[in-house]
Amino acid sequence: MRTATALVLLALLLLAAVVVAAGVGPYRIAPPDVAAAMLRRILGRPAEGPVDTVLFSIRLPRVLAAALVGAALAAAGAAYQSLFRNPLVSPDILGVSTGAGLGAVLGILLGLPVAAVQLLGFAGGLLTVATVAGLARALRGGGDVLVLVLAGIVIGALAGASISLAKVLADPYDQLPAITFWLLGSLSGVKAGDVAATLPAVLAGLAPLVLYRWRIGVLSLGDDEARALGVDVARLRLVVIGAATLATSAVVAISGVIGWVGLMVPHMARLLVGPRFDRLLPASVLLGAAFMVAVDTLARSAARIEIPLGVLTALIGGPVFVVLLARGRRRAAA
Amino acid sequence: MSALAAENLAVGHGAARVASGIDLALEPGSVTCLLGPNGVGKTTLFRTLLGLLPPQAGRVLLGGEDIARLSRAAIARRLAYVPQAHAGAFAHTVLDLAVMGRTATLGAFASPGRADLAAARDALAEMGIAHLAERDATRLSGGQLQLALIARALAQKAGVIVMDEPTASLDLGNRIRVLDVVRRLADGGLAVLVSTHEPEQAFAVADRAAVIEAGGRFEAGPVTPLLTAERLSRLYSVEVVVEATPSGRRVVGRPARPR
Repeated sequence: MRTATALVLLALLLLAAVVVAAGVGPYRIAPPDVAAAMLRRILGRPAEGPVDTVLFSIRLPRVLAAALVGAALAAAGAAYQSLFRNPLVSPDILGVSTGAGLGAVLGILLGLPVAAVQLLGFAGGLLTVATVAGLARALRGGGDVLVLVLAGIVIGALAGASISLAKVLADPYDQLPAITFWLLGSLSGVKAGDVAATLPAVLAGLAPLVLYRWRIGVLSLGDDEARALGVDVARLRLVVIGAATLATSAVVAISGVIGWVGLMVPHMARLLVGPRFDRLLPASVLLGAAFMVAVDTLARSAARIEIPLGVLTALIGGPVFVVLLARGRRRAAA
Repeated sequence: MSALAAENLAVGHGAARVASGIDLALEPGSVTCLLGPNGVGKTTLFRTLLGLLPPQAGRVLLGGEDIARLSRAAIARRLAYVPQAHAGAFAHTVLDLAVMGRTATLGAFASPGRADLAAARDALAEMGIAHLAERDATRLSGGQLQLALIARALAQKAGVIVMDEPTASLDLGNRIRVLDVVRRLADGGLAVLVSTHEPEQAFAVADRAAVIEAGGRFEAGPVTPLLTAERLSRLYSVEVVVEATPSGRRVVGRPARPR
């Protein structure tokens, strides 16, 4: 019952964040007007004046993109934390962000159009994690979480070095700012078409996590215990890695690299609904979406220039995380 | 037919052999105690019996079927495992921990329902820890956590339960409580295999005993003829005697020295 209440509250929080965020900007729209315009759209009534234009062609695509990014990163983070039995793990532990970064940076370096850069970012993320999983398998039959993490660190370092090399080679007046901006994360260039193109991949990534929600929770007990309880650990681990990587790569392709969300949001969600993964997943999705909508609104309205999202999430995430750790320590000591 | 049997089993990691010549049969309604010095391969044998590690030779039969041919879920419905008590990474409630025992009976995409929660609560009640259901499992005492893990195995409703040193690091009261539970489970019809470092526990609750000696030699049989002073002395490389108390209990200790 308490879980249901928490989920309803989180859904309302997300809705409120979307309505407020859609109104914030150079052309201010009051929340009631936003709600009225959205209702008109849903009911199929004719649009009224500039409000609808601003809302549906400029604001809402970006707000929805933010919600999608937050939801995907938080869900992937929650899944990885359960998989690696460690609440300090984030979606990029297997190098998905760095790999996506490398793909996108190569695209920028080659002067490709935006859509191709996004596609390369997506492919880079998938390819990196596939390489990590393959390397771990070659080293020790793929059965060992520690080997997986070490392989992630090694491949991530290689991708990071390649990114640095690409930055050195890039045109400092044109390409370098684009690369830097991309590596810090931003939704400023997002269009409605990007959201529509990303949604299927994110849904395809989230679906297995939802379907296997109970077994993924059992996985957090450790390999031997989960297997003794009847879970096919090797297969499920592959499914979770694939699903979380797909969702993460898809959103990183449109937003660039955004840290901290996948680490911090599941932590906060766990405080609300407890550690059971079947409850943690929906709570993380809703909270991650609301959080990212809020952060992106701050990013585009707090200063004259756009603040990179990665900078904001780190500024917020770092202190919040310290507070969470201190609370956890106090609880453990009590 | 035995509930769980090992036929001429050899166990080990990769090519390294740990123990071999293992013939073991667990019957419903009986307790078997496995003894052996530290590092001799008790855990390796357990992992092989549970189907977590492939045997190097021989086979493990679960209800007459080769365990290598059964799915993880099919194994879990018949064979439950109680690991050494350790707090997990996440603060699950005791009830959530116990209900995880129902996993093998659930559909692949299902979550536990009312009936599963009831089965988990029943298991907690049987262990006498129903009042701990909503407590955080990472903050239980060692004895309470061990009982919670046994409850999880009970919720699994398997015919065979394998326990890895269930009394390790427990105080006297909890040790006796867990041993009582072990005996009661067997009297209720389960086949129970327990590893322990205390030969006296074998004398107290077991119907049969099994030993792995240094070098990997395996032997099994009725408790009293198997666990002689001579074998125990050899097993642990220290001279011990087995004495019967006036009440008939057997105790193991150092030979008495003249003062």
